[in-house]
Amino acid sequence: MCDAARPGSLTDAERLQSLLPQAVISIDVSAGDVRVMVRRECIVDVVRLLHDDPELQYTFFCECLGVDYLDVHTGASIQGKGHRYEVVYNLCSLVDPATGALRNRRLFLKVPVPATDPEVPSVTSVFGGAGFPEREVYDLMGIRFSGHPDLRRILMSDDWSGHPLRKDYPLGGERVQFPGGTTGPSVGESVVQHAGESFTGRTASALGDVE
Amino acid sequence: MSAKPATGSAIRTLVGMAAANALGITLDPIDETTMVVNMGPQHPSTHGVLRLVMELDGETIVRCTPHIGYVHTGIEKTGEYQTYMKAVTITDRMDYLSAHINNLAYTLAVEKLLGIEIPPRAQALRVMLSEIQRIASHLVWLATHALDIGAMTAYFYAFRDREKLLDLTEMMSGVRLMPSWIVPGGLRGDAPEGWFERCAAVVDELPMRFGEYETLLDQNPIWRERTQGVGCITVDECLNLGVSGPTLRASGLAYDVRKVAPYCGFERYDFHVPVGTFGDVYDRYRVRLAEMRQSREILKQAIETMPDGPVRVGDRKVAPPPRAELDTSMEALIHHFKLWTEGIRPPAGEAYVPVESPKGEIGFYLVSDGSNKPWRMHERPPSFMNLQALPRLCQGRLIADVVAIIGSIDIVLGEIDR
Repeated sequence: MCDAARPGSLTDAERLQSLLPQAVISIDVSAGDVRVMVRRECIVDVVRLLHDDPELQYTFFCECLGVDYLDVHTGASIQGKGHRYEVVYNLCSLVDPATGALRNRRLFLKVPVPATDPEVPSVTSVFGGAGFPEREVYDLMGIRFSGHPDLRRILMSDDWSGHPLRKDYPLGGERVQFPGGTTGPSVGESVVQHAGESFTGRTASALGDVE
Repeated sequence: MSAKPATGSAIRTLVGMAAANALGITLDPIDETTMVVNMGPQHPSTHGVLRLVMELDGETIVRCTPHIGYVHTGIEKTGEYQTYMKAVTITDRMDYLSAHINNLAYTLAVEKLLGIEIPPRAQALRVMLSEIQRIASHLVWLATHALDIGAMTAYFYAFRDREKLLDLTEMMSGVRLMPSWIVPGGLRGDAPEGWFERCAAVVDELPMRFGEYETLLDQNPIWRERTQGVGCITVDECLNLGVSGPTLRASGLAYDVRKVAPYCGFERYDFHVPVGTFGDVYDRYRVRLAEMRQSREILKQAIETMPDGPVRVGDRKVAPPPRAELDTSMEALIHHFKLWTEGIRPPAGEAYVPVESPKGEIGFYLVSDGSNKPWRMHERPPSFMNLQALPRLCQGRLIADVVAIIGSIDIVLGEIDR
C-alpha cells in the first residue's frame, strides 16, 4: 500500500489541472488516494482528457457511485458541504505509456451535485462501462445522467417509486411495492393473520380477541 | 422457451429503442425475419437469476440485453444501518462463492479509515484464506461452466475437491460459506490445531486434481470446439467496459491487483500472473486453471513461512481484550463493553482498497462521518461490471454459444444485484 511517498496519480491530477484549469475545483490527497473535485458541467471533458491524453491514459473505467450527504435531522449536508450529493468516478491508468509496463494509478473524480437539480452529464460517450453504474446511481440515488442512451432503473423494478439509497428513504416501515400498483406488508406489519405466525409475535391481538 | 416472429412493435416492447442504442446496434429498418427469445430469469445456465432478451436472426444473435435486479436485497442500504463490525456479515452474502475475499475487501477499507496495521500472522492467514477461497470459487466456475457446455463429469470431480477446501474454512470458522472470519483488526481467531497439516495435505493433492480436470476437458474435442474462438474480446474493450479479473487477463493484460497494488503482503510470495492471447472462452478457461495452480503455490509458501504471533491488533479500540483480562482489569472491561455496545469509530473520511477477487477487482468505497456506522458503503462489484461485456461478447454468435460465454465470464448474481 502507498505510504508517505508521493502518489503518481497526483502528478496526473496536476497535469489535468494545468490543462483544464476551469474544470478542477480542488485536489485532495489523503492516505495515498488522490481525489479531484470537478465542476459538474466539465466532467465529460475531464474524463475524455484523462482517457485520451498520451501521458495520462486513464483507460480503465473502474466504477462510479453516488453518495448522499443529507443529514435527515437537520436538513443540511454533513461535514459542512454545500451540496447534497456527490458522484464519485474511479478511474485507473494501468499501462505506463512511456515504457508499456504495468502500473496502478488511480484517480477519484468527485462531482458535487445540488439537491435541487440532481443531474450530471453522462460519460458513456467516453466509457461504455459507465452504462450500468450510471443506471445504478440513477436507480438508487435518483441522480439523472443527461446524454445516457438508456437511463432506466436497473436493480429496482421499472415502476418503483423513490430512490432507496437516499438518506430520506427509510430502511423499513415502507410497504413493499409490487408491479401493477399493489403493495404488500411493510416490515413489522403482520404478514399472516393467524395464530403462531404473526410477524410481531402479537398473536392474540392479530386475532382480535385478547390483548 | 417460446419464440414468435417479432413484429416491429414486439421488438420495441421487449428490447426498447434506447436499449438498442446503448448496445450500439441500429434497429431500423426492422428486419421481419428476426425473432425475440427470452432466456431466464430461471434458466439453469444463467448462474442465478439473470434474464437475457435476445433478438435472433436464425440462430445468430443480433442483439442481447441483460435484465438484472431479481435478487436485489438492498445490501448497501442495510450496511448504512450496521456498525462497522456487524456489516462484515452482510458482505459475505454479495459474492457468496468468495466470502473471505469480500470480507477482506471490506475490512481493508475499514482498516485504511482507521489507519491501522495488522500483525504479520493475521496477514499471512488472510492470504491463505483468500487463496483457498479463490481455488474454491474457480472450482465452482469450472464445474458449472463445463456442465453448461455438456461435460458433466468435471462437475462431480470439482465439487468433490471444493468440499475439501470448504472443510478448511469450516474447521477454522465453523461455517462453510459465510465465515465472516476476516474482520477489521485481524481475524476472529487463530487457526485451530491440525489446520495447517490438513491444509498441507489438500495442497499436496491439488496438482493431481488440476491435471485431472485438464485431461477431462482439454483432450475433449467437443470442449475445444465449443470454446476456442468463441466470445473474443480485446484488452481495450475490456478496460473501456470496466471488465477486470481473469476475463481481462485472458485478453492479454496482466492486471492483477495482488501484483500491481499488493495488499496483505502478497508481494512476499512468488507467483506469476497467467495471461491469455485471444480473449476467447478457451483462454479464460486456461487462465483460471493456471490461476488455481498459482494460488496453490502461494498456499504452499504461506504454510512454510507462517509467522508466529497474534492474529488481532493490540489496539483495544478496535479489537476486544482476551477473556482472561476481563477478570483482572477494569480497563479491559470498559473496552470490552464499549466495543460491544458502540463498536469501532473510524475518523471521518473516505477509503477504497482494491482487492483481487476470483471475478475481478473488488473494493469497498466507504464514507465515514466519524460515527460507528458507515455513512455510505458501496461495493465495486466485479461481476456487475463484467456482465456489461456480455452483449458485446454474444453479438454475432450462435445462440448455443451464449451458455458458454455466460459461463466464461463467471458471474455471481448475488453480487450483481446486491
